[in-house]
Amino acid sequence: MIAELGHFALALALALSIAQSFVGLLGARWADARLMGATGPLAAGILIATGGAFACLIWSFVTNDTTVANVVMNSHSAKPLLYKVSGSWGSHEGSMVLWVLILALCGGAVAAFGQGLPSVLHARVQAVLALVGVGFLAFILATSNPFDRVWPPAPDGQGLNPILQDPGLAFHPPLLYLGYVGFAVTFAFAVAALLEGRVDAAWGRWVRPWALAAWSFLTLGIALGSWWAYYELGWGGYWFWDPVENASLLPWLAGCALLHSAVVVEKRDALKTWTVFLALLAFGLSLLGTFLVRSGVLTSVHAFANDPARGVFILGLLGCYIGGGFALFAWRAAAMVPTGIFAPLSREGALVLNNLLLCSLAAVVLAGTLYPMFADLLLGEKISVGAPFFNTATLPLVVPLVLAMAVGPLLPWKRATLWPALLRLWWVALAGVGGYFGCLAIAGARLGPALGFAAACWLIAGAGADISDRLALFSRPRAAWARAKGLPRAAWGAAIAHAGLGVMILGLAGMGLATDRLVVLHPGESAELAGNTYTLRRIEDVNGANFTARQAIIEVSRQGQPRVVLAPQKRNFPLARMTTSEAAIHTTWLADLYAVLGEEREGGAVLRLHHNPLAPWIWLGAAIMALGSALSLSDRRMRISAPVRKLAKEAVRA
Amino acid sequence: MSVSPGPRRRILLFAPLGIAAAAGAGFLVMLRGLSSGAYNPKGVPSALLGKPVPEFDLAALAGADRPGLTAAMLRDLDQPLLVNFFASWCVPCLIEHPQLMRLATDGVPIMGIAYKDKPTEALGFLRKHGTPYQRIGVDLPGRVGIEWGLYGVPETYLIDRHGLIRWRYAGPLTEDVVKADVAPLLRRYA
Repeated sequence: MIAELGHFALALALALSIAQSFVGLLGARWADARLMGATGPLAAGILIATGGAFACLIWSFVTNDTTVANVVMNSHSAKPLLYKVSGSWGSHEGSMVLWVLILALCGGAVAAFGQGLPSVLHARVQAVLALVGVGFLAFILATSNPFDRVWPPAPDGQGLNPILQDPGLAFHPPLLYLGYVGFAVTFAFAVAALLEGRVDAAWGRWVRPWALAAWSFLTLGIALGSWWAYYELGWGGYWFWDPVENASLLPWLAGCALLHSAVVVEKRDALKTWTVFLALLAFGLSLLGTFLVRSGVLTSVHAFANDPARGVFILGLLGCYIGGGFALFAWRAAAMVPTGIFAPLSREGALVLNNLLLCSLAAVVLAGTLYPMFADLLLGEKISVGAPFFNTATLPLVVPLVLAMAVGPLLPWKRATLWPALLRLWWVALAGVGGYFGCLAIAGARLGPALGFAAACWLIAGAGADISDRLALFSRPRAAWARAKGLPRAAWGAAIAHAGLGVMILGLAGMGLATDRLVVLHPGESAELAGNTYTLRRIEDVNGANFTARQAIIEVSRQGQPRVVLAPQKRNFPLARMTTSEAAIHTTWLADLYAVLGEEREGGAVLRLHHNPLAPWIWLGAAIMALGSALSLSDRRMRISAPVRKLAKEAVRA
Repeated sequence: MSVSPGPRRRILLFAPLGIAAAAGAGFLVMLRGLSSGAYNPKGVPSALLGKPVPEFDLAALAGADRPGLTAAMLRDLDQPLLVNFFASWCVPCLIEHPQLMRLATDGVPIMGIAYKDKPTEALGFLRKHGTPYQRIGVDLPGRVGIEWGLYGVPETYLIDRHGLIRWRYAGPLTEDVVKADVAPLLRRYA
């Protein structure tokens, strides 16, 4: 019954979305206030229907309804409640329902926060969002119904992949989807602007918070995924340039470019065509990722339900949205007259440079990801493009990007001279040089990590220089506190996000100095790594909720002083017939001590020991970046972007 | 500033659509190929294709009544043969086992290599399900598997009469694979 209700709710959401797209587009075309006014309530209706469907899905998982095929395939009564709930979006079908739910949430948010939007723009945005929803709801109902029944009911579910039973992964997909789907809103704004043939500063003000929100969720989602790979997969790595990882990185890069170029639209009324293009591109790359992961056209360590029939459907959707968006772009973008003329050396010039570099990075990653597939298709060659290509091809783009990141914020709008900005950066440059030689002094002749430390110091100090410059900390220190309070949160947010990248690069550079050892130890024996002594005490059996495990007890000491006990496990899940390895990680500010238990041999155990300097800073940096953009989002200027609503409020107060 | 855009700008505006369309067409061909088998992203060919088998010398499986296997025995053959890596602990090996038995009764010579498997357990496996192999080598440390570039078990190689590796299949041999690949290849290299 509940499952049928969920199925019905999905169909209802589809019907409402179809209605919404007609009401919105026609209402905007005829300038019919009643039709346009209906888009808000319709968005709420779509949200309620998809929310109901999602609730039904969760209900089926929590009650372990074994007449629902999706539950049988992906759940089990013995699973902890959290993973029953997260299992509802762990499968292909369930994740698609989550996808449309987040899309509906975005539609609802546009309706709720968008009362100040011009009603024509609002109606068109809602219509485009609903059109996207129509495609994906039809996809779910036609090819991936999560509420399919099985009869007779199975005795119990078939469990979920134990690797996925992890809090990190439980929240990785929702965050990632919030990012992907958030770009649907900027896409909708871009399409609405193309239909209208007009982009102005107000449009930029509206697009920026959405780009910012989507980008910070995507940042968190990618970071969580990479962290999960680091601690759960037990490979000791954090980023593998796997096609599926690249698929999430692409919209991140395009979105990063978008939120910077939207500033130029807002402040200088320039760069409009380009910004519209980026908004289309960011969502297009999000969809491309969905397609690559789910159609089975590529090999990856990440597996979803790979099905060519579904692939054709998704490709059709891609054709409609990306093809439609770009066709509209080709047809209408010429109508958008470039107005702003600006000097290359200015804040907006620096932002253009940022966009060029970020888009080149995206192009490199895209080419590296798709090249093996197209080489196979066109030339019949089997090639794999791996980390060496990506590392060497992205480095020449990342270096100028990092250099410009500290300089750009110090340049004034319209016209600038480079020299004063560089003069204010002398101590920042000194910090960078200090980082370089500091690393050389500590770690020896390791040029790559040393460059990383230099870049990190340059960025963090650069963010400090940006803030101190705005506060006039050195020229008028007394007034600094008053200025700090008056400084817009967007400025703080930008500086914090830039510093966050610096912190992340610090972690990456530290990981460049990581060392590891593969040893066979018998109980009582020890091995040395990076100044620490790892002594294997014993190997024992332990029992978990739904697994049994072998566990090694390793004492770590430094210069005779005991530091910590690591207990890596090899878990065996009898239900899923899988063995996973649970790395033991001891995190400190300076380094992660990381141990993995391998096979056992003649009373001894194969142990892989890693010493990962500064590893946690990678994810700390990502969190700081997301925090910076959240701070930026809370800026008053973002909220007063709705002048009408503000007026209305003041009227009420009066 | 002129309102009508220049032709170069026009072309630029069409570029994203063109690139997206070309990529979309490529993806469509890939999807078509996926269902017909013409495009397979997972089918990485063996680096050993067209090359002689790597040197190795494996002892026989005690108690199985079959001689051991060396690289020298895979040169200058009367007819093409199959080399099959198996293990008693591998479930897919059990799935492909009936196909191997059928091939063996049809007169196809099959050489077995027990990969990382205890001899007693490998012997138990063959006693229980039947022995399709003419010769069996025991690769307990898995070193020969590394030499051959093994993905995992089961994995099957086709060796032609000159001792060159002609075909590799990672995964269980199903009836379809035997019909579509093994049988034609055996005829071709006969």
